[in-house]
Amino acid sequence: MSQYPTYLLDRAKLPDAHTFAVATKHGAYEALRKVLKEGITPAQIIQVVKDSGLRGRGGAGFPTGMKWGFMPDPAKDTRPRYLALNADESEPGTCKDRVLMEMDPHGFLEGCLVAAYAIRAQAIYIYVRGEYRAPYNRVAAAVEDARKAGLVGKKILGSDFSCEVWMHKGAGAYICGEETGLMESLEGKRGHPRPKPPFPAMFGLWGQPTTVNNVETVFNAPFIVLRGAEWFKSMGTKTSTGNLLVGVSGHVNRPGVYELPFGVTCREILDDVCGGMWKHKKLKGFLPGGSSTGVLPASFIDTPMEHDAIKATGSMLGTAAMIVMDEDTCMVRAHEIIARFYEHESCGQCSQCREGTQWLHQIFHRIEIGQGKREDIDMLVTLSRGMAPGKTICALSDAAAIPTLAAVAHYRGEFEDHVAKGCCPFLPAGVKRPSFAGAH
Amino acid sequence: MALPARLVAEFNELLTHYPHKQAALIPALHRCQEELGGWISPQTMEDCAAFLGLEPVEVYGVASFYPMFRMRPPGKHVVSVCHNISCALRGADDLLAQVCEITGAQPHHTSADGRFTVATVECQGACANAPMFDLDGVYHEDLTPEKVVKILGSVK
Repeated sequence: MSQYPTYLLDRAKLPDAHTFAVATKHGAYEALRKVLKEGITPAQIIQVVKDSGLRGRGGAGFPTGMKWGFMPDPAKDTRPRYLALNADESEPGTCKDRVLMEMDPHGFLEGCLVAAYAIRAQAIYIYVRGEYRAPYNRVAAAVEDARKAGLVGKKILGSDFSCEVWMHKGAGAYICGEETGLMESLEGKRGHPRPKPPFPAMFGLWGQPTTVNNVETVFNAPFIVLRGAEWFKSMGTKTSTGNLLVGVSGHVNRPGVYELPFGVTCREILDDVCGGMWKHKKLKGFLPGGSSTGVLPASFIDTPMEHDAIKATGSMLGTAAMIVMDEDTCMVRAHEIIARFYEHESCGQCSQCREGTQWLHQIFHRIEIGQGKREDIDMLVTLSRGMAPGKTICALSDAAAIPTLAAVAHYRGEFEDHVAKGCCPFLPAGVKRPSFAGAH
Repeated sequence: MALPARLVAEFNELLTHYPHKQAALIPALHRCQEELGGWISPQTMEDCAAFLGLEPVEVYGVASFYPMFRMRPPGKHVVSVCHNISCALRGADDLLAQVCEITGAQPHHTSADGRFTVATVECQGACANAPMFDLDGVYHEDLTPEKVVKILGSVK
């Protein structure tokens, strides 16, 4: 794995990289200084980011430069404008933004400031999930140190660029990782996603032009500004450029967050990077990019970890949070857990999602405990098709339906086995699963 | 009843971060929960509503939406065990059973001696270090039965 060039985690690996002294000694804020000193314009930054091919790292993979370009021309639209940082990392399996915030908060803050400069935001709100106390504290301390050094606030480094940075804590709701749910939550409301359009660039926080970016996305920006689009495109594949953080969890020997170029195969990640399967078991399947990406059987392990190749398998790259499952894993149980999660996290606005996620969970549960009927398996499919694609305000409903469809498509025999035997074939005789989990 | 003066002072500063007062609600509820007994009481919600110029029902609606806000007083210590997929693959069921046994609390309940509240929680973003629990706001990761005994045994 060391044969690939790295940049995302280089500084993070140094001792005390979270401190201002160590971070600045190792290049933090150099891109911001260059931008302000050389008078690089916001339009030039947006152009180089467009040229680099950088795509959002929060799951959707939307081109970042294009997103920034959606912000209205400040000459024609003089409303206040905001950058909201989506640090509400909560897609099951995903634990990468936490590493950046905890280990290199100054690098992250510099990314925020470069992005804010590009879209000419006057304030940045960093929305960190409430449970992430340690990353929150690290970033908050970094903001205060940067403020003292003239890097945050009025007339940054003596330039005309002024930008405030505010920390904001979420409170445990996955739906607030959806950009409009995040904005509602930041406004002090329930995290109910908004119908789009209007899009955040025209009607965002408090109705003002707003861009919402993921932590890892903006983290890439200073590197692109300093080293250029060609350098960035020299890593990864044609349509998925640069390196990304791959978080690997489940049944591998070395779970972790690894920096790799797009296009490395899932087999290489599993065998070389993560030291192979845990306890010498065989691979059964894996979720390539978090709990809302459809499961892939072991035969797909040679798929390159990049947007197009994963999409071609019928799954999604998502947050590149690879969840690995061995031969002893019960796919019904695994998807019961996933369905329970989406039931818990549905905001309740759309009936397909509110009711559908409950139904999915209940059906998975009764199949798992041996009370399912054959028609329940088809019911999972029928329900999922009623929930997605694009039938609801946001994609949470899709996120519950997609893994369900994939599980039934790839492991139908296992579902049938549960029904036929009247129990979970993966459980030793006499052992019962924990009782039906209640509300949170 | 009203909010303690120290929280009022803190919240007045918090209001300067946002163009609209309501945006301070969730951070304010966090601070109330931290400072006022580990939960959001009806009185706290009314006090926050009065402070922010909201109707109490608006504050109830928000507070009850977010899983981190507790609507009942917890025990002295709160153990939140992740039971989502990555932790489940690495033994979260056994971890939860062990935590319940040691603390004497059932999931989402408080032990008879009032010392521990045990909760199951969805993914905490510690997937590469599963299984895990959060004890009083601090993550404990890569847990083994031995570590759990040690960690919970040293809780006062």
